[in-house]
Amino acid sequence: MKKEKKMKLSLPEVELMNSGHMACQGCGATLAMRFALKALGQKVALCIPACCWSVIDGPFPYSSLDVPIFHCAFETAAVSASGVKAGLEMVGDKETTVVAWAGDGGTFDIGIQALSGVAERNDDIIYICYDNEAYMNTGIQRSSATPYGAWTTTTPVKHFKNRPKKDMEAIMAAHRIPYIATASIGYPEDLVKKVKKAKEIKGTKFLHIFAPCPPGWKSQPEDTIKLARMAVQNAIFPLYEIEWGEKYTLNIKLKEKKPINDYLKIQGRFRHLTKKEIVFIQEEVDKKWERLLLCVNGSK
Amino acid sequence: MKKVIMGNHALSYGAKLGRAQVIAAYPITPQTQVVELLSEMCADKSLDAMFIKVESEHSAMAACLGASLAGARTFTATSAQGLALMHELLHWASGGRLPVVMGNINRAMAPGWSIWSDQNDSLSQRDTGWMQFYCSSNQEVLDTVIQAFKVSEKLLIPSMVILDAFTLSHTYEVVDIPDQKKVDEYLPPFNPSIKLTPEEPHAFGGLTSPEHYFELRYKLQKEMEKAPALIEKTGKEYEKMFGRYLGLVEKHRCDDADLILITSGAMGSTARIAVDELRKEGIKAGNLRIKVFRPFPFEIIRNAVKGAKKIAVVDRNISYGHHGMFFEEVKSALYGYSDGLPVFGFITGLGGRDITPSTFKEITQYTLERDKPKEEIIWIGVKL
Amino acid sequence: MKKKKGAQKIVFKSEKDFPLMPMSIGSMLFNKTGAWRNIKPVINLEKCIQCGICWKFCPDVAIFIEKEWPVIDYEYCKGCGLCAEECPTKCIAMVEEEK
Repeated sequence: MKKEKKMKLSLPEVELMNSGHMACQGCGATLAMRFALKALGQKVALCIPACCWSVIDGPFPYSSLDVPIFHCAFETAAVSASGVKAGLEMVGDKETTVVAWAGDGGTFDIGIQALSGVAERNDDIIYICYDNEAYMNTGIQRSSATPYGAWTTTTPVKHFKNRPKKDMEAIMAAHRIPYIATASIGYPEDLVKKVKKAKEIKGTKFLHIFAPCPPGWKSQPEDTIKLARMAVQNAIFPLYEIEWGEKYTLNIKLKEKKPINDYLKIQGRFRHLTKKEIVFIQEEVDKKWERLLLCVNGSK
Repeated sequence: MKKVIMGNHALSYGAKLGRAQVIAAYPITPQTQVVELLSEMCADKSLDAMFIKVESEHSAMAACLGASLAGARTFTATSAQGLALMHELLHWASGGRLPVVMGNINRAMAPGWSIWSDQNDSLSQRDTGWMQFYCSSNQEVLDTVIQAFKVSEKLLIPSMVILDAFTLSHTYEVVDIPDQKKVDEYLPPFNPSIKLTPEEPHAFGGLTSPEHYFELRYKLQKEMEKAPALIEKTGKEYEKMFGRYLGLVEKHRCDDADLILITSGAMGSTARIAVDELRKEGIKAGNLRIKVFRPFPFEIIRNAVKGAKKIAVVDRNISYGHHGMFFEEVKSALYGYSDGLPVFGFITGLGGRDITPSTFKEITQYTLERDKPKEEIIWIGVKL
Repeated sequence: MKKKKGAQKIVFKSEKDFPLMPMSIGSMLFNKTGAWRNIKPVINLEKCIQCGICWKFCPDVAIFIEKEWPVIDYEYCKGCGLCAEECPTKCIAMVEEEK
């Protein structure tokens, strides 16, 4: 064996997620949690509504996390976190960071009302949406986070999703909260940095983490990270921050924006798309990217 | 200190004296004054609580659950549509063993829109695992909030303190507001042995398989079965300290009564007036007011009607396709214990239609004229 | 970096043991997910450059660093292949599981 050298790990060593959890092979949502907890540390409380993570964590009387969890009702992640935060403060714990941890369905769809309420009041919580772009836990039904063109069990190939993904960042920006960021499991160092940053800010923080799902996307488990990285590099899911709803910062700049074809090709959920449809999706991605650059340049 | 206050403010004072720590609520007529006064109390720091002004009743209860799990004493108030919107989370409170105390102003359910009193809103939540206290005066509202905190926190089961829209909520009565020090003596701070904290991390409410779910529900019911005795015990303690007993039922001239009118809520005081007038006419009537609907006080009701010749249950609610809900419960309590005692089921006052002494006289007349009820439901006051 | 221990399946012997509310009192570590695996990663340490990327991207927390080298914990590794795919020197091979 070669001469031993000191390993340099690019992420905090602390491990608050344990093995033995119930996630599928190559699960992006699980990596999102692992990375986020590395940034959050021990002094944290999670509110998890119905989502993959309500299964991943493990059944009663077990848990796979070394932090407390309130498994709350589907549409209440954000406000449950506000309640926990208020309760902890009133019993003298002013330090614990309270995090709402929800999927895209619990955020973009059923939980958006409570989230909007929390953001409007600027309650002091971090809201993290791990986005796998459909209701994966119930068996891959479309959500408003499902992208244009995708197959799901409720958008069969003959009737694929024909509306774009909801622009959640824009909705949150309209609430003028102190911090919004997109992050990706393909860029864990950036993700950890953003969660740490959110932890230091008072008020409502919204983080949107892109988390591929092999069974739902009909992709190979080993491609999870590759897909997450590709989505950043082709600007389907760019990484940026918005402060107070106004100041946009692009975190991963693209010298050369990659075409979307390779990304779509390795996912079964897009296999039915014709050339014409792919061209349309590319145009939409380009337009959205240009709009984002305008916001970023306008912030300077 | 005696004050003339509305029923809604009696709820607010109850929450204040109970030292609620987190309040989350959403306005709905006829509950608004409850939260308005609590907002004032939080703003001027006469109450050291955090008030989360949520965007819906659903979120109000969700916030209370989170705060309660973190170990804080929590309070909210709502009515009718708001309570219905909370329905899912009512199960969450009892199933999660979170002792939230909530005021509910009984208001009829839409459509058509109604802001007036009936009990279908709270009785529709019968099976959610909450204790339900139906009050008949503003004084009782205030006292019951304090007692409810004590009982709920001991059993880890949430409580609903219920009062009639307008008849109580907006009616001003003289209320004795107890001394804070004495209330503190009666009601110690909430200090649950298990709570959500990073110091001792647990995951609460996770996926529960058929291997374990059943036992959790068994344990909830076993605790609920302890509630009647605990309510009586804490009610007696309250009487000792404040001079007012808070029990499961209230009896008025039942002991030698031939006919017992069973009521709930504010119509209890109307029934008592009617009973006194009937007595003057030589009719031996009595009134049994059921205060606690969940847990249902089977034993005490069986004993209270011993010696009566007829029972008339007056419901300001209906379970469609069945009966008035108090009528159902009373019959189930008496079945096998009452030797064929005729029980008449009356429905009246839905959607805020007035219930007056003459309503009870009409009911009495009906029961006196018949040996047993001819109809499943006897409607009083329908203008058709 | 140490492997966590305490993998016990919980059996309730009496009503008293049973929690009063639905809450966790133990760790999922008892659940040996290695049994889910069809193919398994094998590291050729000769080619390993100790970059830690395999450790970083393991969703099952099944790669440990021991004495500066990555070690796969086959008790929990579900065999997703992410480590092999992401390894910059391709020193991890996915091989058929012998059952």
